Amino acid sequence: MNDALGDPQSVLVLGGTSEIALATVRALPRNRLKRVVLAGRPSPARDAAIAALTGAGIQGVSAIDFEAKNTTEHAVLINQVFDAGDIDIVLLAFGILGSQDEGEANPDLAVEVATTNYTGAVSVGLRVAARLKSQGHGSLVVFSSVAGDRARRSNFIYGSTKAGLDAFAQGLGDALHGSGANVLVVRPGMVRTKMTTGMPEAPMTTDPEVVGKIVVAGLRKGKNTVYAPGPLRFVMTALKTLPRPVFRRLPQ
Amino acid sequence: MSNKSPLRLDEGEQLLTGWGRTSPSLAKVVPVSTVEQVQQCIKVSGPRGVLARGLGRSYGDAAQSGGASVLDLTAMSTIALTASTGSVRVGAGASIHDLLLATVPAGFFVPVTAGTRHVTVGGAIAADIHGKNHHVEGSFGSHVSEIQLVDGRGAPQSLTPDDPQTRERFWATVGGMGLTGVMTEATFKMLPITSSMMSVDTERCADLDDVMARMIERDSQYRYSVAWIDSVSATGRGVLTRGDHAAVDQLPVAKRATALDYGPKALASAPGLIPGGLLNKFTVRAFNEAWYRKAPKSEQGALQPISEFFHPLDFVKDWNRVYGPGGFVQYQFVVPDGAAEIIGIALRKLQGVGAPSFLTVLKRFGAANPAPLSFPQPGWTLAADVPAGIPGLAAVLDELDELVANAGGRLYLAKDSRQSPEMFVRTYPLLTQWQRTRNQMDPKGIFKSDLARRLSL
Repeated sequence: MNDALGDPQSVLVLGGTSEIALATVRALPRNRLKRVVLAGRPSPARDAAIAALTGAGIQGVSAIDFEAKNTTEHAVLINQVFDAGDIDIVLLAFGILGSQDEGEANPDLAVEVATTNYTGAVSVGLRVAARLKSQGHGSLVVFSSVAGDRARRSNFIYGSTKAGLDAFAQGLGDALHGSGANVLVVRPGMVRTKMTTGMPEAPMTTDPEVVGKIVVAGLRKGKNTVYAPGPLRFVMTALKTLPRPVFRRLPQ
Repeated sequence: MSNKSPLRLDEGEQLLTGWGRTSPSLAKVVPVSTVEQVQQCIKVSGPRGVLARGLGRSYGDAAQSGGASVLDLTAMSTIALTASTGSVRVGAGASIHDLLLATVPAGFFVPVTAGTRHVTVGGAIAADIHGKNHHVEGSFGSHVSEIQLVDGRGAPQSLTPDDPQTRERFWATVGGMGLTGVMTEATFKMLPITSSMMSVDTERCADLDDVMARMIERDSQYRYSVAWIDSVSATGRGVLTRGDHAAVDQLPVAKRATALDYGPKALASAPGLIPGGLLNKFTVRAFNEAWYRKAPKSEQGALQPISEFFHPLDFVKDWNRVYGPGGFVQYQFVVPDGAAEIIGIALRKLQGVGAPSFLTVLKRFGAANPAPLSFPQPGWTLAADVPAGIPGLAAVLDELDELVANAGGRLYLAKDSRQSPEMFVRTYPLLTQWQRTRNQMDPKGIFKSDLARRLSL
């Protein structure tokens, strides 16, 4: 349960090695934090994430095996986590970028991106939402992307999964309205993480720490949607209004 | 599998908060009016459990429980007064307000009342509330002779402090925050009075030391005593009001025939929509200046109606809304006499973080009672309202917690909405004793509140 000053006691990270999610956990007030569950594939990266959070002075960090694509396993997993105690904040932060060109050449790869980013999120998101509603409180933070605001030629496979995820999360937030639980949709622009290493930097590229702080501020204010960085909201609003022929000609 | 969406609201489900309007959670509110209905609710309780709620005047998360069945007992409000003995048997959902309306005209007053009369008797016992007479007459639970309660097995119990068989369970229920069972009825002794007026002495005090010195010196001569502190003044100046019930012969002759008339009214209601940030250093400073100046420098034996003396909070209905949508916390602690300096430190720290409070109250406590989770213990208690959204507030209150704990003091659960489980365990040394008794009364852990979960009670 969040206390009266908004300090949480427990966090579940779906996609437990996500740099943005881990930065968000580090940005949370930690005076009352006593349980952080990192759900992800067993890996050295997951071990390192536990060590890093623990090393940063965060208590009660543990891991649980989670694979976004294996939707038949999600019910058991989510129940296991919530049966052990209420979760105040869930970060839905898994996702893969894939390669647009390889996806176009080999649609099986595109399907994998879609299954992970969208299907996996629908499966786990609905289950999390049901548990939040039945505990009567809690926040689900869904990491969408500005790539979902408008599909671009250069990455529409990834972008369309985020568009679907974003629409799903908005609807889920409306479904939970008045239930004590809420959904925060986060739309980062390009973020400097291992997912984007080696890619040319877009304007307004930011760092995981910045996104983390924006998420924490958004949670505190009870927002439905935040962009990271904030001014991207205006950029995307403008881009969305461009006619297709003009949008197509923009540098990709 | 049912086809009903688990995301849809069920009938009766609503968001509940405490009086501070922070941290809402959704629960199924179930009105009950008989013991059998209470038993039935306990029998069919789901995994999130059951909790009784009265009028929701505890400030934090004590009377809410996310996902649980929250029993609304306000319909269980019978009042049976035995005038020959002054003993009254009251439904747990009856409010002090109902009780005073019924008993003041008959010449009786409640043994203890908080700063609001809109609390239920069940809530008064669960929080073991205190009033301006704690230094001489103790807290509410000390006046109760019997509690009727339904325990976690759904079994009705009659608990008294005198029977060795029920003594422990009685005291675990007093101050037990509703976690030992659902109280349905209580019996206690009322105080005989001959008028509905109070005889009040008022003193304006130049600074905090002055307030405290005068309280130490002469509180024992009064049944009721409390000091209001100007939390924004640098000196901690205050107004000390002390008094007792006026005897009928202290009233003007013309008023003696109607000496026991009693008709309290809420004068105004706070508007429904108040923007955040209305309360700030400047508005609170202006309010406090006016409040200080309104009090006479020194006045003896002034006659005041009961409601004006005891229940100043009730003159504005829904005053909790003035803190805006972010809500507020009330920080109330007690420290032993030897740590009196913490009062001044606390006032300065709250000033330092820019926390404007207009209802800052200082009071001396007398002896504690045997209830393991009862808050009062001998010493000083300070209560201050603070808007929840102030940056840096969490850290300052944690620092204060540390000082209070080191001094052997503690926080009041009926006000708390943010202390850490560690702070609580450290400052309520009889917790494990209470937990043992609670586990006997509620072996399956049916009674749960958000406060209980937050503090791992």
